[in-house]
Amino acid sequence: MVDPKLVDFRKGYINEPIRKGFGRGLLTLGKTNSDVVACCADLTESTQMNLFAEAYPERFFEIGVAEQNLVTVGSGLAAGGKIPFVSSYAAFNPGRNYEQIRTTICLNDRPVKIIGSHAGVSVGPDGATHQMLEDIVLMRALPNMVVLSPGDSIEAEKCTIAMANDPQPNYMRLAREASAVYTTLETPFKIGQAYVYEPGEDLTIISTGAMTFQALLSIDLLFKDGIDVEIIHVPTIKPLDKKTILASITKTRACLVIEEGQIAGGLGGAVAELASEFFPIPIIRLGIQDRFGESGTPTELLQYFGLDANHIRLAAHKVLLNRR
Amino acid sequence: MKQYSIERLEIIANDIRQDIIRMLEHAGSGHSAGPLGEVEIYTALYFSVLKHDPSKPDWSERDILIQSNGHCVPVRYVTLAHAGYIDKKELMTLRQFGSRLQGHPERLRLPFLESTSGPLGSGLSQAAGIALAFRLNAQLKRYVYVVMGDGELDEGNVWEAAMFIPKHKIHNLIAIIDRNNIQIDGFTENVMPLEDLKAKWQAFGWHVLEIDGNNIEAVIDAFEMSKAIIEKPIIIIAHTIPGKGVDFMEEDFKWHGVAPNHEQAKLALSELRTLKGKITSEHL
Repeated sequence: MVDPKLVDFRKGYINEPIRKGFGRGLLTLGKTNSDVVACCADLTESTQMNLFAEAYPERFFEIGVAEQNLVTVGSGLAAGGKIPFVSSYAAFNPGRNYEQIRTTICLNDRPVKIIGSHAGVSVGPDGATHQMLEDIVLMRALPNMVVLSPGDSIEAEKCTIAMANDPQPNYMRLAREASAVYTTLETPFKIGQAYVYEPGEDLTIISTGAMTFQALLSIDLLFKDGIDVEIIHVPTIKPLDKKTILASITKTRACLVIEEGQIAGGLGGAVAELASEFFPIPIIRLGIQDRFGESGTPTELLQYFGLDANHIRLAAHKVLLNRR
Repeated sequence: MKQYSIERLEIIANDIRQDIIRMLEHAGSGHSAGPLGEVEIYTALYFSVLKHDPSKPDWSERDILIQSNGHCVPVRYVTLAHAGYIDKKELMTLRQFGSRLQGHPERLRLPFLESTSGPLGSGLSQAAGIALAFRLNAQLKRYVYVVMGDGELDEGNVWEAAMFIPKHKIHNLIAIIDRNNIQIDGFTENVMPLEDLKAKWQAFGWHVLEIDGNNIEAVIDAFEMSKAIIEKPIIIIAHTIPGKGVDFMEEDFKWHGVAPNHEQAKLALSELRTLKGKITSEHL
């Protein structure tokens, strides 16, 4: 196991929106890679593209509220040899422009970097229309697409920089709200790699995005219950790091998957597909259970939808009852 | 690049029409009307207008041609064959299993295509992105051409691009609409009226040229004139006859998505060889 060099979060941690890391990463790319360009659909500050837009105005293109144009202009920029990052809210990008992404980016194999911010229920007060929950399944089903879901702002920064060097189309989902920063500059990150953040013997907990912090918070709760959990953080949902996941579940023979999105076809779906083919074990998928979100504070909503450490604890006991 | 006389280009266009008929008959499915109507546009592009070299398809200074209405790809495949990119024998593999000539064009299967298309309305935006990339590379004389159908103007994506391109003052892009007045369900003005089409594009900030799209000299002139106009982006509304050159196909929307059978192909080829009876000897 690689030492994840996480923040000692039991002693304290800071909160920062994950998208801030994207903004910093893109600004760095502006300096280091002259082929990187950016397009935004009227949400430049909201998606943190403003840092790049201000520093490199000649390489930034405002698209207006036109998400179909956003990705098709992106496809063209990539055809012209550029590395375009195209951003909006996940509900519209890829929510509004799926076919254009499918044909002009994936079938066409153009390395467009799609940024969907404000994903998940933690968008909060904006309510169901803006809480994108189906982006992972939409993007995961597309051939050629790489699906990324960094866990905090520091990882998002690393992920953004890595995307510019990846030859494939990429989708990166970002949450809106201030989220716990639990990784450090030294924490390893590579596209395609899952990381064991906490080694354990009794139960595998697999999570992505900000949900990994909730998983980390459940370690001590479950330890008190006598359950030694192994936490695997999956920032790359596709291609899935099968090796790391199979190594863990063949050892623990029980698994929980946690994500801030629909359980159908998301990370939970991906893990269940893998397990069913190679090592069938009981799995519980925590996520949004085939319904839409609603307005509220992020904390209220995560609790209501069963995505906090306490619900993880309950689900852990439940899945272990079914272990054979 | 070799210069062709208008008379020579008209002969090439007629040959291309005949190969479209042969190819579609052999395939047993595919679109007839649109490709036949666009023959002059593609002949003009590949034999006069485009800066390209069939022996170097990835030449870094080549012009780019985006075909937004991918269902009209038969005209492009045949023109590419006549221009030397494809062996003419390969045309008879259209739409077959294992063929590079897919029912709708796929870039990854043919290195000299610039984009995969079929789903409508996204070509103009892609052309805009490529033109912007060339501008960033200071390749200002590298032109991006995009051919659109008129039916696809129903798509919202087209009008998103129509707003975007004038805003960013993109001058190295030339768009042409095949205004043949038909789409699958009928005449465009019945399915979803497009007129006043010229006024619509003008209102979006475009300079509009209107031409007879089946007059090859007019098509070439319009493309050349487009390069001289730099105040506004250019769109050419090319009025064409769907099914052009084959009497029983012309102006009939039922031929939008149908291929001719053996008897129909025979009749069509005879018409094309005799220029609808204007000449008596059939040159095979």
